[in-house]
Amino acid sequence: MADLLSVRGLEVEFVTDQGVARVLDRISLRIAPGEVVGLVGESGCGKTTLARSILGILPMGAARVRGGEIQFKGRDLLREDPRVVNEEVRGRAITVIPQDPFTSFNPLFTVGAQVMDLMKWKSPHRAVAARTQRRWPAVLHRYPRTRYRADRAAVLEALRAVHLPEPERALGRLPHEFSGGQRQRLMIAMALLPRPDLVIADEPTTALDVTIQAQILRLLRQLVKERGVSVLFTTHDLGTAYEICDRVVVMYAGQEMEAAPTGVFFDRPAHPYTRRLLESLPSPGGEIRDIPGEVPSLIAPPSGCRFHPRCDYATTECRADRPAERAVGGQHRVHCFHPLGSA
Amino acid sequence: MRILALLLRRLAWFIPTLLGLLAITFVISRVIPGDPVALIAGDTATPAQVEALRRQLGLDRPLPVQFVTYVTQLVRGDMGTSLYTTRPIADDLASRLPATIELTLAAMAFSILIGIPLGVVSALWRNSVLDHVLRVITVSGLAIASFWLGIMLQLLFAMRLGWTPLNGRLQGFPPTTVTGLYLVDSVLAWDWTAFSMALTHLALPAATLAFPALATLVRFTRAGVLDVMQSNSVLYEHAMGLPRSVIVWKYILRNALTSTVTQIGLLFGILLAGAVVTETVFDWPGIGTYAVNSIIRSDYNGVMGFTVWAGAIFMIVNVLVDIAQGFIDPRARPS
Amino acid sequence: MVSGAWFVLTRLCRDRSAMIGLILILALVLCALLAPVLATHPDDLFELHPAKRLRAPSAEHLMGTDRMGSDIYSRLLFGARITILIGIIAVGASLVIGVPIGLLAGYYHSWVSDLLMRVSDIFLAVPQVVLAIAIAQTLGPSLPNVILALSVTYWPWFARLVYAETRSLQNEVFVESTAALGASPFRLVVLHVLPSIASPIIVRASIGMGFTILTAAALGFLGLGPPPPTPEWGRTIAESREFLPDAWWYALAPGLAIFLTVMGFNLLGDGLRDVLDPRLRRDRGRG
Repeated sequence: MADLLSVRGLEVEFVTDQGVARVLDRISLRIAPGEVVGLVGESGCGKTTLARSILGILPMGAARVRGGEIQFKGRDLLREDPRVVNEEVRGRAITVIPQDPFTSFNPLFTVGAQVMDLMKWKSPHRAVAARTQRRWPAVLHRYPRTRYRADRAAVLEALRAVHLPEPERALGRLPHEFSGGQRQRLMIAMALLPRPDLVIADEPTTALDVTIQAQILRLLRQLVKERGVSVLFTTHDLGTAYEICDRVVVMYAGQEMEAAPTGVFFDRPAHPYTRRLLESLPSPGGEIRDIPGEVPSLIAPPSGCRFHPRCDYATTECRADRPAERAVGGQHRVHCFHPLGSA
Repeated sequence: MRILALLLRRLAWFIPTLLGLLAITFVISRVIPGDPVALIAGDTATPAQVEALRRQLGLDRPLPVQFVTYVTQLVRGDMGTSLYTTRPIADDLASRLPATIELTLAAMAFSILIGIPLGVVSALWRNSVLDHVLRVITVSGLAIASFWLGIMLQLLFAMRLGWTPLNGRLQGFPPTTVTGLYLVDSVLAWDWTAFSMALTHLALPAATLAFPALATLVRFTRAGVLDVMQSNSVLYEHAMGLPRSVIVWKYILRNALTSTVTQIGLLFGILLAGAVVTETVFDWPGIGTYAVNSIIRSDYNGVMGFTVWAGAIFMIVNVLVDIAQGFIDPRARPS
Repeated sequence: MVSGAWFVLTRLCRDRSAMIGLILILALVLCALLAPVLATHPDDLFELHPAKRLRAPSAEHLMGTDRMGSDIYSRLLFGARITILIGIIAVGASLVIGVPIGLLAGYYHSWVSDLLMRVSDIFLAVPQVVLAIAIAQTLGPSLPNVILALSVTYWPWFARLVYAETRSLQNEVFVESTAALGASPFRLVVLHVLPSIASPIIVRASIGMGFTILTAAALGFLGLGPPPPTPEWGRTIAESREFLPDAWWYALAPGLAIFLTVMGFNLLGDGLRDVLDPRLRRDRGRG
């Protein structure tokens, strides 16, 4: 089956006070339809930048896309007309579940107002804007009554699906009247209402209490599987990835290191970094095994494979070139000159 | 109900603060070197007459008693008598208040209607030519002495170009008094000559008064909009593909305005302070010129009366702004 | 502390508008200090030349002459001395009064604090000009009275600021731990609290200079400032009014002087705020 999303060779730079940071180094990523892919990496490895690149919402002044392509449903998002991307892709084909439910809602408008506004523009019942409509500034457009009623019914339905109590009353409340977990459920509902093909969930449980995290994760997985929606799920926590992902991709300092189906990933990791990550998880024995060294600066990153300064198996090749993608078995791919379990 | 609670809390702050202000002005007014009673009595008065006058004015009683009398009189609306005009100060001030209110309202409208959109535009087109020009203007706006600005405007528009009258509020007869605001009254009376006359007279003073307020508003609105533009909620709205005009004019503006409302309260303070001086420059018959004339004539009752009024008005406006904030920003409402 | 100051200076140097502000202020100080040297007609401070009155700017009189025939340029230079004097003393006095009051009110949680803050609220509730006018008018027009009026009406700004900062610092862990270790309140305040609140105080002092100078000029304009022949800028503008529009230079020069001075302090204050307190940073225009 053709990939839903295919990122190839994406290179992104950020201009900072201290110099140019090469945040994404020819990174590639594939997501099949209906697949939940976990993107795992430490803070600062570029997960959020990758997510934003796909959506096309990188900060305009500071960020530069140096190369690569993002193929989505037959179109290269990097080369597509930005207005078309905003109209048809963002909030429709690709939706978002943000990291911080506390600040992602507008505090001055009721939840209902914000959801219905989303539906006004992104409801699956809405035809793509005709050229004539584009003459008026969007803020002046009306919301057709009949569609409004249908959309509202769909919203209430969605709120029930995420187990939000009293959906009718909830719509009239302000965001700060909800708990973090409830707000994230709202976010999930809002992400699924436009009937997207892909949902980008950027560390959606990081800001929540540990006790609620598992609930939200399971809810999300259930809902996307019901609807056959793909998910790009970024996280720095391996445990979370294990919970809901079909496939896991590991990133380090702007490069992807390994990609494998979840079971394989946790059983037989091929990349030294992956193994270190797994080992650093708290074990029942209570040992803490950190990875020695520090995450490199992206302004002057290590050459070749960016993990080589901290890698036990590094050789001159690793310093010279970035290793090409190598298949370890079936869906299991790794970027390493010395993958584990091989000669 | 929530508004009532807010009102009561504000009142609890307002009354002691006002009393404190009264105490301060009272102390100031009694700390005058020299003997004011002798001044009032005149050169030819005998010591006995001066004493009699002192007793009559109640200035021989202990200070705390005087203060209580002062406050009770104030509550009854009696601010004492002007040492110069011998009319009750409250009457003098009341007759002059509409002029100041009209000027202040005009300046406020001017600065809000122009300042807020300029601030938004300045933030949206950050670092464009327009933005830089505006930033220069706003920095200057807070550095120009408003009396000097008024004089310069008079020099250019009234004296050299003759586009506007030099000073005063009106030439000829004012329209029939309904509100005391000439612009409003002339419209109500359908008197268009009076309207245009009042407008041309209002133009320069209002512009002078508005300038620092305008500068402040543009700055704050710009900062507010920029701040909101960086927020997570705007990022989310952008990520979900909401049209740009919706994000800017519906969401960002609303958020930026909440902080602007507080600024409007601050604005009023700037305007009131500026009114004193601006009115002097333009011979505007408001309470500002009254204060200045009282200064020139050493009519300290007049000055104190003005101070109390100005302080009270300012505090009332602050309370109103608080209430308005409660409406605009639902988070600020006491729940 | 020293390295901190150096860091601030280097960052400040990169801010163009702050540097312009600094240059303007330095120019003002130079004019004030070197007035006798820079003035073309230093004696015009006292002497009158009625025959030369109201002459337009020329090579001999760079900014023209006033109604007494005195050289406006020279009088302006001496007026800079008045301006600086008023600014420094008034703001300095407000600082000296306001900071300790704010510290006291912030450190202790008693009725004294509430009372102190209530008193400063009263002063803050009324525009500074209004109160200053009342006070200055009571005391009579003179230089010390202007300074007094301004100091008395400006200290609450410092008190409020210091109070808020002290209170918020009290919640900081390092203050609690230092107090728990038995440090005396005085030691705690001077060694630990003051350095942390120095930045906002400096910023407010710089911006306060600008406002104070404007208010002082307004008082001078209204006749409440130092009497003639003191060449105070505000009063000069007031004097010029009856000779407009012909003697336009008479009003233009002192007004520009005030403008440039206040502009200088405002720009510097903004720059200091950007460097010292990133929380309040206004937009620097980068992505």
